[in-house]
Amino acid sequence: MVCESWKARLDTYLDGEVPQEETRTFDVHVRNCPSCSAEALSRIQLKRAIQLAGNRFTPSAEFRKRIQQSVAPKPRRSFHLGWMLAAAAAVVLVAGTLTSTYLGNRSGRDHVFSEIADLHVATLASSSPVDVISTDRHTVKPWFQGKIPFAFNLPELQNSEFSLLGGRMTYLDQTPGAHLIYDVRKHHISVFVFQERSLPAGLSDITVEPRKLSFNMETWSQSGLRYFVIGDASGADIERLAKLFKAAS
Amino acid sequence: MDLSGANLQLDSFEELATPLFDQLYNFAHWLTQNRDEAEDLVQETYVKALKGFSSFQLGTNFRAWIYRILRNTFLTSRKGLKVTMTVPLDIDEENEGPEPTIDRDTPETFLLARSSHELLQKAIDELPVHFREILLLCEVEEMSYQEIAETLAVPIGTVMSRLSRARQTLRNQLRPQLQQEAGRRIPRGMNHGL
Repeated sequence: MVCESWKARLDTYLDGEVPQEETRTFDVHVRNCPSCSAEALSRIQLKRAIQLAGNRFTPSAEFRKRIQQSVAPKPRRSFHLGWMLAAAAAVVLVAGTLTSTYLGNRSGRDHVFSEIADLHVATLASSSPVDVISTDRHTVKPWFQGKIPFAFNLPELQNSEFSLLGGRMTYLDQTPGAHLIYDVRKHHISVFVFQERSLPAGLSDITVEPRKLSFNMETWSQSGLRYFVIGDASGADIERLAKLFKAAS
Repeated sequence: MDLSGANLQLDSFEELATPLFDQLYNFAHWLTQNRDEAEDLVQETYVKALKGFSSFQLGTNFRAWIYRILRNTFLTSRKGLKVTMTVPLDIDEENEGPEPTIDRDTPETFLLARSSHELLQKAIDELPVHFREILLLCEVEEMSYQEIAETLAVPIGTVMSRLSRARQTLRNQLRPQLQQEAGRRIPRGMNHGL
């Protein structure tokens, strides 16, 4: 019966809303009381499950674009300045037409590669790198249903040295995608999957040199989806995992 | 206001509002339970927020401010009005007794640990809107009680009691479904998804 008063405030405690001095008392009690610790665990699991289930709806790319356009500041220039800029732009345009496409693609591509590397590192540094923890592809794949606007296949890993650790939702250039984490000989490899049409053009199917990113990375497009496999594992491992994905898709 | 001032304001608005787009859409979809209505609701929210941005004080809580606009817009929509006519949104809940605690031996832990999304999503969907919204603001948006109080324009005491009742209602809704589900799954063997 003593615990009823603790349990009545357990949710407030787990929400981090009891005063600091009371939090310490709560910590001690929950640690030492089997009944309250079991109750706390159950409620934490429910909170976590609600959080996962609650992140359910993703806006369409078209709607996102519409809203972005409506909130983006419109460039305003005076009439005179506008003409001068237009004339200057015309000169630059003529001079740079041939190189701009190439440079634009390359800069867009480098930006995406660097973002992918950042996502990989930031996720592994996180205390909870995956939202769905499972080695079973039949658990991980359905988890993405309703969270991302496309479906994809995960490879069968039996008889391979790779193991699936789990997955999470991710965003690249405000585009939702899937992030899967694999393990091979204690190295973690990230596999990112996005819709090709949502990403900048010019991402050819290539293997990126390690000296450029400090990671090995392979990227390719298949059935309208863009895949990135990245990690500090050897280039051969990255290639093998990429091959498994290509075969599964 | 001069044009540069207006553009500066638009810059600030874009900076504050754009990162909240996905969360606002998710919340709007949960409230309206319909994709088209959610899009309309979010669009109207952005239009109203942009129009009223001059009244927003920079440095105060923008998230609570824009969520309040979204919620008020929903409540004045046709669907929102229907909801308010059937469910009292501002009933005084502070005098409710303490919530009963859940049984430790229910299958909740077993099933929730395996991310039974559909069961849980259905149960959240079936919650009355005033429970659904507070639960989502707390668990999904991870708002503090103070932020929730600002968003819903209710005292913190009401936030605590309403949240507590929302959780209890959800558990009550889940229990029979989970027991039924557990009865179907357990005899077939433990599928260790985690």
